[in-house]
Amino acid sequence: MLKYVLIGNSTAAVGCIEGIRSVDKTGPITVISDEPYAVYSRPLISYLLYGKTDEERMKYRPDDFYEKNGVKTLLGVRAEKVDDSRKEVLLSDGRRVPFDKLLFATGSRPFVPPMDGLDTVERKFSFMKLDDAKALGAALRPSTRVLIIGAGLIGLKCAEGIRRLVRSIEVVDLAGRILPSILDEEGSAMVQKHLEAQDISFTLGDSVARFEGNVATLKSGGKVPFDVLVVAVGVRPNTQLAADIGCKVGRGIAIDEHSATSLADVYAAGDCCECRDITTGSSRILAILPNAYLQGETAGINMAGGEKTFDNAIPMNAIGFFGLHIITAGSYDGAAWTQRTEHAYKKLVSKDNRLKGFILIGDVARAGIYTSLIREETPLDTIDYELVRQKPQLMAFARGQREEMLGGKRE
Amino acid sequence: MKRVYVNEKWCLGCHLCEYNCAFANSGETDMAKALQNVTIHPRIQVEGDNNVSFAVSCRHCDEPICVKSCIAGALSVQDGVIRCNQDKCVGCFTCVLVCPYGAVVPAPDGHVIRKCELCTNNRFGEPACVKGCPNGAIVFEER
Repeated sequence: MLKYVLIGNSTAAVGCIEGIRSVDKTGPITVISDEPYAVYSRPLISYLLYGKTDEERMKYRPDDFYEKNGVKTLLGVRAEKVDDSRKEVLLSDGRRVPFDKLLFATGSRPFVPPMDGLDTVERKFSFMKLDDAKALGAALRPSTRVLIIGAGLIGLKCAEGIRRLVRSIEVVDLAGRILPSILDEEGSAMVQKHLEAQDISFTLGDSVARFEGNVATLKSGGKVPFDVLVVAVGVRPNTQLAADIGCKVGRGIAIDEHSATSLADVYAAGDCCECRDITTGSSRILAILPNAYLQGETAGINMAGGEKTFDNAIPMNAIGFFGLHIITAGSYDGAAWTQRTEHAYKKLVSKDNRLKGFILIGDVARAGIYTSLIREETPLDTIDYELVRQKPQLMAFARGQREEMLGGKRE
Repeated sequence: MKRVYVNEKWCLGCHLCEYNCAFANSGETDMAKALQNVTIHPRIQVEGDNNVSFAVSCRHCDEPICVKSCIAGALSVQDGVIRCNQDKCVGCFTCVLVCPYGAVVPAPDGHVIRKCELCTNNRFGEPACVKGCPNGAIVFEER
């Protein structure tokens, strides 16, 4: 009987467990995590502070998930080292856990750049884990002035989550515009305006030169007094354990379409990995929840002796702020087609007869039809691209294709 | 498993399925009361032009990418039916991002999503769109 060991206990691990159990109903699975919680949805921490969910509803799987799947959990303990020759994981409490198949689902950690005087700031927080959200929430008062460093997905979801709990929010970012990883200039400007209408202020193209207690002095010379600091500059993948045993590591742990690392019997999935983005052809970290699940599931099935490939990963995000919904996917290198109305913005990017990327702000209905065109690399001359550009619809497909999609025809 | 299928050749594009869907999921017992002066948000949507029309609703995929992508663990498969736990859904619309059929729709208030659950979640118990289709274009069958 194969022994499976998973380091990490979030989305990728759940995908892996469900993948393993679709093939192997009995092989013992052990999950190791330094977090003392059963699996919860990490991306919901901003919704927790917003009051849209609670710890009970944040549970990513039902309470009996581990028991039903025959999983032993070792929580609140760190995996310190992997002994690849003896096929054991060494834990922080001295225990050793033997494995036949190993998964790294180690995720990422906040990146805190060196900033002068950061140690003089009394109340500073990251925003990644449940404990981060709890600690931040406990520090907030109606009179609190919050300074957020980072106008990316994490920083801005944090801003939305805490907006109604505090007096003011100032967001500072070195980049000249918000959400540069998913939006173009026009989209950034539109969303920034929407956030400013909620009384969130921005100082962009600037950074903190130094902190002196509760005052940040910016490179431009401006001073920002604050009570609470949130650093949301970026994240770094947790690759050390894998690198130590000789797994090929670039920016993240390198995996192939089977979620296999460069070492036999060792797999990896989720935010700690880099994989091929089909819209650019390059290898990169795609730290999004769907990829974590799909890579984890793929790993699990292959670890258990099944056959599964996941070979069409793309960057994609669905995110919203104060009722304004944004859906984006792919890359924006190619011929752009845009449409702007008072409340909505749309951009489709095509190249080499394929849809490569899109941005939808405001009106996101049926966006998945676009996403599917990217992931399936559908040749645009086989559909009515003109029609689908106006509105995502299945009418744009040839009747035969539609019969396959909707008629229940199996391959 | 039985699923809802539409025969394009017979679909008249009358949109009645959309109204039956909205009524079935309204919780009301009187159709007029349920739909009068209301903008409907049906879980089945008719597409097409003057020549071709067809209705689209959740395919209840064997490999449901919406379930695998759900950031909240709100979507799950129960006896083959893909269901949404409205309590857990936070309305991030990742399922809208990934559904290749465009079959997941935002709820009217935009805070959660809605999708076809084959009327297993309302008092009809079997798909109202199928039952009410005047031309027999929408069927509920094993394929």
